[in-house]
Amino acid sequence: MLFIDILQSGWSALLEYLSAHVLTCLVPAFFIAGAIAVFVSQASVLRYFGASAKKVVAYSVASVSGTILAVCSCTILPLFAGIHKRGAGLGPAIAFLYSGPAINILAVIYSARLLGFDLGLARAIGAVVFSVVIGLIMAFVWRREELEKVNNPGELALPKEEEKTRPQGITLLYFAVLVGIMVFGAAQKWLITGVLCLALGLVLYRWFKKEELGFWMRQTWDLFKKIFPVLIAGVFVAGIIKSVLPQQVVEQWLGGNGLGATFVASIFGTLMYFSTLTEVPIIRALMDLGMGKGPALALLLAGPALSLPNMIVIARIMGVKKTGVYVLLVVIMATFTGMIFGNLIL
Amino acid sequence: MKIEVLGMGCARCNKLEQQVHEALKELSIEAEVEKVSDLDKISSYGVLMTPGLVINGTVRSSGKVPSTAELKTWIAEQSS
Repeated sequence: MLFIDILQSGWSALLEYLSAHVLTCLVPAFFIAGAIAVFVSQASVLRYFGASAKKVVAYSVASVSGTILAVCSCTILPLFAGIHKRGAGLGPAIAFLYSGPAINILAVIYSARLLGFDLGLARAIGAVVFSVVIGLIMAFVWRREELEKVNNPGELALPKEEEKTRPQGITLLYFAVLVGIMVFGAAQKWLITGVLCLALGLVLYRWFKKEELGFWMRQTWDLFKKIFPVLIAGVFVAGIIKSVLPQQVVEQWLGGNGLGATFVASIFGTLMYFSTLTEVPIIRALMDLGMGKGPALALLLAGPALSLPNMIVIARIMGVKKTGVYVLLVVIMATFTGMIFGNLIL
Repeated sequence: MKIEVLGMGCARCNKLEQQVHEALKELSIEAEVEKVSDLDKISSYGVLMTPGLVINGTVRSSGKVPSTAELKTWIAEQSS
């Protein structure tokens, strides 16, 4: 194949991606992510990661809080290190590390949109459930060490609780309207979307300060600047993969929903580095070439949670032995979840 | 006085460092400003969300970039 053809494929993937239907879903998603970062109190969530927090609470919060804490992958490692060393301990830290990248709001929306609603949902649920399982196993294996930590609890430096400037119901209403705009916009129901936009304007005018709106816009723009260029590069690479990788190879290694294909997908995901959200277009490309849904889910679960570079960082925080066990558990769990999804649910 | 800015090279951490320098300049106070990017050290302060700000060993803020006014109050408090 000519070099120019390869570039052409990347280019056409990019154009297709930039077409209206993907944008209508991603633009509101960025606004929602920005709103979460500005208007949801992170202090109220972080409190549950303290050393004195009840274990059940710590695990549950750790497994779902990625939605609001991990909008960008760069926040995951400091949180993980802090929870492990000074906070609720190894188990909840691991649960957060595993589920965080998979359930941040942008990742969920984007996966559901590009890969299908079922895969998006399976990704979110799979990540939450198995993060707790992996966390519990890790905490059980190193239970003695964890007991020592309970006797010497550390302290967390929590961000200050911000003053409430409006009733909680209004904040909820605001988020509901934002999600509504995204959903109906994606469904191209323009009348309802328009009405919701008007409602949003009213809420903002009545209950939000000008300064807060500025913060929201800046945060949204920051996220957009950080994530969008990388995402575009990812889409381009995905387009290139689609043209240079022979369909036979993908079908042979990743086709169907068998144990072999799912296992290969989780190993590949474990080693490969995906920048925020870029796993999604790449998996889409592999699926177009014949990868089954089971292996796709395995790749979605193992991919963003682990990569060679972040294994090295994790190993520095908690040691090589624990990292080894963690990697092994991720591979097993991703394969297992992929198998269940590919064979039982579909 | 020793001021540490905790963060692993994110945009907001650089912003905070820049603001610290500005605040110091406006108050005309000399201080040692150090950028801490080692994760071990960041977590030893118990900071979960970066950027974090540590003045003379006490954590003053985490997870956000404080306003220059806030920065100035903290710095003035420590130097008097």
